[in-house]
Amino acid sequence: MDVPFWSREIETAERSRIEGLQLQRLRQTIGWALQTALYRKRLSQAGINSPDDIKSLNDLRRIPFTTKDDLRVSFPKGHLAVGMTDVLRVHSSSGTTGIPTVIYYSRDDVDNWTDLLARSIVATGATSADVFQNMMTYGFFTGGLGLHYGAERVGMAVIPIGGGNTKRQIQTMKDFQTTVLHVTPSYLLHIHSKLGEEGVRREDLALRKAFIGAEPHSENTRRKLQDLLQIEAYNSYGLSELNGPGVAFECVFRNDMHVWEDAFIAEIIDPKTGEILQDGQEGELVLTNIVRRATPILRYRTRDLAFLHPQGCDCGRTHRRLSRILGRTDDMLIINGVNVFPSQIEEKIMKIPEVATNYLIHVDKKGALDRLTVKVEIYPKLFLGEVSKLEALKRKIIEELRASITISPAVELHEPGSLPVSEGKAKRVVDDRPKD
Amino acid sequence: MAKQLTIFVENRAGRLRSISENLHKNNIDIRAFTIQDRGDYGLLRLIVDKPNDAYLAMADVGCACALKDVLAVSVPDQPGNFHRLTSALAADGINITDAYGFVLQPHKTGVCCMEIEQAQLAKAAQVVREAGFTVLEDEELYSL
Repeated sequence: MDVPFWSREIETAERSRIEGLQLQRLRQTIGWALQTALYRKRLSQAGINSPDDIKSLNDLRRIPFTTKDDLRVSFPKGHLAVGMTDVLRVHSSSGTTGIPTVIYYSRDDVDNWTDLLARSIVATGATSADVFQNMMTYGFFTGGLGLHYGAERVGMAVIPIGGGNTKRQIQTMKDFQTTVLHVTPSYLLHIHSKLGEEGVRREDLALRKAFIGAEPHSENTRRKLQDLLQIEAYNSYGLSELNGPGVAFECVFRNDMHVWEDAFIAEIIDPKTGEILQDGQEGELVLTNIVRRATPILRYRTRDLAFLHPQGCDCGRTHRRLSRILGRTDDMLIINGVNVFPSQIEEKIMKIPEVATNYLIHVDKKGALDRLTVKVEIYPKLFLGEVSKLEALKRKIIEELRASITISPAVELHEPGSLPVSEGKAKRVVDDRPKD
Repeated sequence: MAKQLTIFVENRAGRLRSISENLHKNNIDIRAFTIQDRGDYGLLRLIVDKPNDAYLAMADVGCACALKDVLAVSVPDQPGNFHRLTSALAADGINITDAYGFVLQPHKTGVCCMEIEQAQLAKAAQVVREAGFTVLEDEELYSL
């Protein structure tokens, strides 16, 4: 098999060279982190007051973990290591409450990130001759702009269509003879199911590859997509705290994702004890960004469960491969590629007086797409017997939630006392999506 | 003014049964009812003989319910009378936000219950009386 490279030298470097780079870059990152309010104190408490206190990669374990909650506490700028003059871009993702997680990028940071994405794209065999339709949402979400920049760097013809509007997506794939897609697996299944309705046959399209990401999926889903659309589907991994997409990507062998280890240090830990696990053992992925000037993030607890392959890959890359995401250590929901914490929903609906204290978050599938339904009980004391007030209440809940979680749920009103009670371990989230 | 009891009901099997059971247990006599369907839920609207008792009985079991003034008008059950009623209200710019009707004695007496915005309610009652209709008070409605 032809194995294309963007930066062959670094992608196939000896492990010792990669580890040497990691140490050098980690020390540099420690220097940057010490300039932030977030890390100055906690590194000092761990006895790290200068890059010189990191002697080897083994010293990594002395660095305390960083959690999403830490980034919430340090909102908006407690983890910013440069002045705003040196910031070129801001991205943000959902926090566990109304406070989002914000990440800053310097000019070099955007450039490095773009390069990692160019590397990822080329690793799949895509080239400058491809027509790339980017179906991910642009904006604060990193999925849209991240791949956009990477694809431009590769020299692909980039169609920045963004998310949604299935009719237009299909027409665009046909009109421009799109060859490569960036899309969530569920949305691609949805698009496939709508081709017939739009009078478009597979042979009218020039599709050959899809980068699928932003939501966990099984090998079965990948196979299904590949069979239905006769394409190659490549898994990708990233999170905004660590740039966004381009943390790990599959090569032409499509046998799990190479973590770009010259830019990230990946560890797998026991989520309960924090103990570092061996390659091959399943645990929580912890990532350190070692090439980001504006927002250094050390030992970030991704809450994603996965393992690192101990063996190398036939492509010749020496960067270890990350398994598919096997689960979460928290209650985060991923709904059509959008991360949602139940606590974000609770925070909003409990502020609305006409809503009683019980609620239920229900997730299921409608066709290929995820559907979020928020069920609330109405508060009897504020019931006036008017439909217009109830419908206004529904709209208010939808608007509040859309502002907070960026997606519009369906809202159901229920009788007082009909949903599980709040005492004890009430099950607030029911996820009826099939596991495969 | 007549009172209407409105009860919030989820749209699923058995919900009406539990309401009717509770009303029956409390010796409530139902004169008329209608349901406003909104998909996942509906509003059951009732005209009953003892609206306050019915309200308390439902509130006691945790129901979301409300008592509301409605304009209940006695309309002779003959062609053209409903049109006369709506024309009188329209001529004075009164909006009927919701309404339902029922016949008490075929070819003799019908009743039209109308929900009208609070600000226009007194005016509406006056207009209806001036047009020659009888506005039914609570007791009259239940003793018909």
